[in-house]
Amino acid sequence: MNIYFDLFLTFAKMGACTFGGGYAMLPILQREVVEKKGWATEEELTDYFAVGQCTPGIIAVNTATFIGCKYKGALGGILATLGVVFPSVVIITVIAACLSNFADIPVVKHALAGINAAVVALIASSVLKLGKSNLKDAVSVCIFLAAVVLAFFAGVSPVILIVCAGAAGYVARTLAGRKEGAQ
Amino acid sequence: MILLRLYLEFAKVGLFAVGGGLATIPFLQDMGARTGWFTNTDLTTMIAVSESTPGPMGVNMATYVGFEAAGPVGAALATLGLVTPSIIVILIVAGILQKFRQSKTVDAVFYGLRPASTALIAAAGLSVAASVFWGGRELLSLSGTRWPLLALSAAVFLCTQHKQLKKLHPIVFIAAAAVAGVVFQF
Repeated sequence: MNIYFDLFLTFAKMGACTFGGGYAMLPILQREVVEKKGWATEEELTDYFAVGQCTPGIIAVNTATFIGCKYKGALGGILATLGVVFPSVVIITVIAACLSNFADIPVVKHALAGINAAVVALIASSVLKLGKSNLKDAVSVCIFLAAVVLAFFAGVSPVILIVCAGAAGYVARTLAGRKEGAQ
Repeated sequence: MILLRLYLEFAKVGLFAVGGGLATIPFLQDMGARTGWFTNTDLTTMIAVSESTPGPMGVNMATYVGFEAAGPVGAALATLGLVTPSIIVILIVAGILQKFRQSKTVDAVFYGLRPASTALIAAAGLSVAASVFWGGRELLSLSGTRWPLLALSAAVFLCTQHKQLKKLHPIVFIAAAAVAGVVFQF
């Protein structure tokens, strides 16, 4: 199959399988992009989420552009993004045109309650996977714990957290480098 | 020229909203008030529909607003507007990253970024969990816990850790959970 077509189709599939925000897309990204296609590694995916949260635009779109661009340049980035939004455009247009009270239909409500419970579990399992590849030493575990507490309990903005964590990583590496140099 | 205006309005949202789809909501409230394309009540409906249909929420919202304002073409243009700034900014950032990949400084910065990025995803998961199991983090209590949902979530989580079952595509779990939700009337 043509690689560009493959990019578009793979991301369209992911768009169609995502319920909720960009975070809900992560389990599917891990499966399709990292495990099946090998377009990015677990670490790269984490990097894209980190950058995608600090740059303009919604995370799902930013991550799609990143992966597409890494795999096949600018055109790849554009096609991956068009792919990820394609199902939304079709589905929402149909629903908006045909149904005025879609979200109030009992069957939709019940199904969605179940889907949301599954999304929580899938995000948890994705975080475990990311943790295994990203939390390998004491410094990274400390940054992780501090950031969870600050983000969830103190509501600190992701942009501030990402910038501070980047600085912390730089300082920790520089200090470690100096220690090695002194020995 | 409502189509051009739709495109530009959403390009603005895409340029200034940073983060998940929820970050677009304040911008949309403001847009509705200025343009009269939709009311705050319409917006509440749009959020509910965007959350209950496939696709990233921010994209669904843009499509919905675009459709309400100017039909199918409006839906497509609003969505294109939303993603245009992302594409431009990310292409530039990706180019820069590629160039400096070998740099020790960039490597050290990402060494700190990765655990924080993982933490932000964990925190987002906790927020979703709080709203699914308790109806919001401010409502946390033992008696208010929605045990059936918690049990379903735990079951799905155990499946994702199981040797054989974890090979299943995530959409299988999502579909199964939707069926369970309808059967047990969650």
